[in-house]
Amino acid sequence: MAEIPLNECCYRLNHLDRSWDIDVYMANGGYEVWKKVLAGELTPQEIIDEVKTSNIRGRGGAGFPTGLKWSFMNRHAPGPKYILCNSDEGEPGTFKDRDILRYNPHQLIEGMMIAGYVIGANTGYNYIRGEFWEPYKRFDNAVKQAYEAGLLGKNILGSGWDFDLYTHLGAGAYICGEETALIESIEGKKGQPRFKPPFPASYGLYGRPTTINNTETLASIPMILAKGGKWFADLGVPGAGGTKIYAVSGHVEKPGNYEVRMGTPFKDLLALAGGVWKGRKLKAVIPGGSSTAVLPAEKAMEMNMDYDSIAKAGSFLGAGSVIIMDETTDMVKALERLTWFYYEESCGQCTPCREGTGWMYRIVHRIRTGKGRPEDIEMLKDVSGKIMGRVICGLGDAASIPVASFLEHFEHEFRHYIEHGCSIYDRA
Amino acid sequence: MSEKNYQVIKGDVKARIDRWISQYPADQRQSAVMPALRIVQEINGGYLTRELMDEVADYLGMPPMAVYEVATFYSMYEHKPVGKHKICMCTNISCMLRDADDLVEYLKEKLGVDVGEVTPDGRFSIKKVECLGACGEAPVAMIGKEYYGNLTRERLDELLDSLE
Ligand SMILES: Cc1cc2nc3c(=O)[nH]c(=O)nc-3n(C[C@H](O)[C@H](O)[C@H](O)COP(=O)(O)O)c2cc1C
Ligand code: SF4
Ligand code: FES
Repeated sequence: MAEIPLNECCYRLNHLDRSWDIDVYMANGGYEVWKKVLAGELTPQEIIDEVKTSNIRGRGGAGFPTGLKWSFMNRHAPGPKYILCNSDEGEPGTFKDRDILRYNPHQLIEGMMIAGYVIGANTGYNYIRGEFWEPYKRFDNAVKQAYEAGLLGKNILGSGWDFDLYTHLGAGAYICGEETALIESIEGKKGQPRFKPPFPASYGLYGRPTTINNTETLASIPMILAKGGKWFADLGVPGAGGTKIYAVSGHVEKPGNYEVRMGTPFKDLLALAGGVWKGRKLKAVIPGGSSTAVLPAEKAMEMNMDYDSIAKAGSFLGAGSVIIMDETTDMVKALERLTWFYYEESCGQCTPCREGTGWMYRIVHRIRTGKGRPEDIEMLKDVSGKIMGRVICGLGDAASIPVASFLEHFEHEFRHYIEHGCSIYDRA
Repeated sequence: MSEKNYQVIKGDVKARIDRWISQYPADQRQSAVMPALRIVQEINGGYLTRELMDEVADYLGMPPMAVYEVATFYSMYEHKPVGKHKICMCTNISCMLRDADDLVEYLKEKLGVDVGEVTPDGRFSIKKVECLGACGEAPVAMIGKEYYGNLTRERLDELLDSLE
């Protein structure tokens, strides 16, 4: 394995002592871009062009091109506009944004300042999941430091530009990671996604034009502007620039976050994470978080960690949350746990999602507890097929994808349970 | 509004809630409902009551029903007593792959209570939760505001002993 460059963007300071302090950030080029922006040396249009050149795609899971998203906003439209950061990080297998908040909060703050300036927003909120108390404290303290340094507030550094930044703390709801549910939540309501259109760019927080980006997306912006869009694009592959943080968990020797270049071979990433634990063989991989399709080992070992290559293998890069399963994994039990998650977290407003997630859990549960019936497999496929495309938000699809993909690759394990009442690893 | 005789939203508690209110537009007080519920729940030993929710509703100028909806939608709000230390064990996929279920069984055995129950001395309760966003340290538990990762039966023993 060739030497793999690590931590070139969002995690570039993580190895330093007190990397979350403003002094450390500023000693390493921090807030230089922000000062250039305020001095008028970088215009909003130049920033958008640079971000487009960088080929960065949204790191929250959907992979939408960030430069294009920002160009939907009219910065001169009258009245308040908002920039929101999505630090809800609830997709099972995902834990990358937590380490940006804990170890490099200032780079995220600088990214939010710049994004706010580009879209014409004088106010930003970072939505941090309620369980993230320690990361919230780190971020909140960094915001205080930025105010004290005169980098936030009114008429910043005499530029005439105002920007205020706050945190909104969640209280336990995966669905609030969906951008319109997140908006509802800041408005003091249940986190139920809105029907789209209208999109947040025209009708967002408090009915005002709003842009929402993921933590990793926003934290990448200062580096893109400091080193150039081309630098970032060249780190990655055609169509998808940059580094990407892969959160590797499950059956590996060294689980953790690995910020590597887009397009790194999966097998190299697995090696970085110490390989499959206990000397066991790889059985399956979920490459992008629980909402992306599971892949059998053979397919995973051939793919590279970028959008196109993972799509060719039959899955999706998602949030880059790589869940590793070794040769002893009971796939029926794994799917049972995932179906339970979506059933629990469905917000309940669309019938196919509310009812379908319950059905899928109950069927997989009965198979796993030895009460499965031969027709259950067809029924599962049928229910999962009936949710996709018939609901308001992505959670419905996210719930169907694991079911469809586990059956596609591991149907024999479900059949074994139905026929013998136990897993392929148990002696009947 | 500040003239009213609130049981809980006064003094320091009021100041803490007011700080959250101040970060939203002046006509959007209800945006502070989540922090307000969190703060009054904390004051009340970890769970909400009808009276507390009504007080929050009144203070923020919201219909009580709107506050109940929020308080029942989000999983970190509790509606019955919990232990002084609420042990939230993640059992989602990455933790499950690293034996979280065994730790839940162990906790039940060790504390002599089921998930959702409180020990007779009021010290502990167990809750199963969804992914805590720290799967690199699986299996993970949240106790109070802290995360504890790479848990084993032995580490749980030490941890519970170290908590008063
Ligand atoms: C059910 C559901 C959960 C989501 N959770 C998150 C999340 O925790 N964090 C996140 O950034 N995006 C999440 N998203 C995606 C957001 O809706 C949105 O696309 C993203 O925040 C946009 O930022 P980006 O363009 O920078 O990726 C979720 C989407 C769905 C449908
Ligand atoms: S798809 Fe599911 S989670 Fe999304 S809005 Fe509909 S019911 Fe709610
Ligand atoms: S699955 Fe347990 S912390 Fe993510």
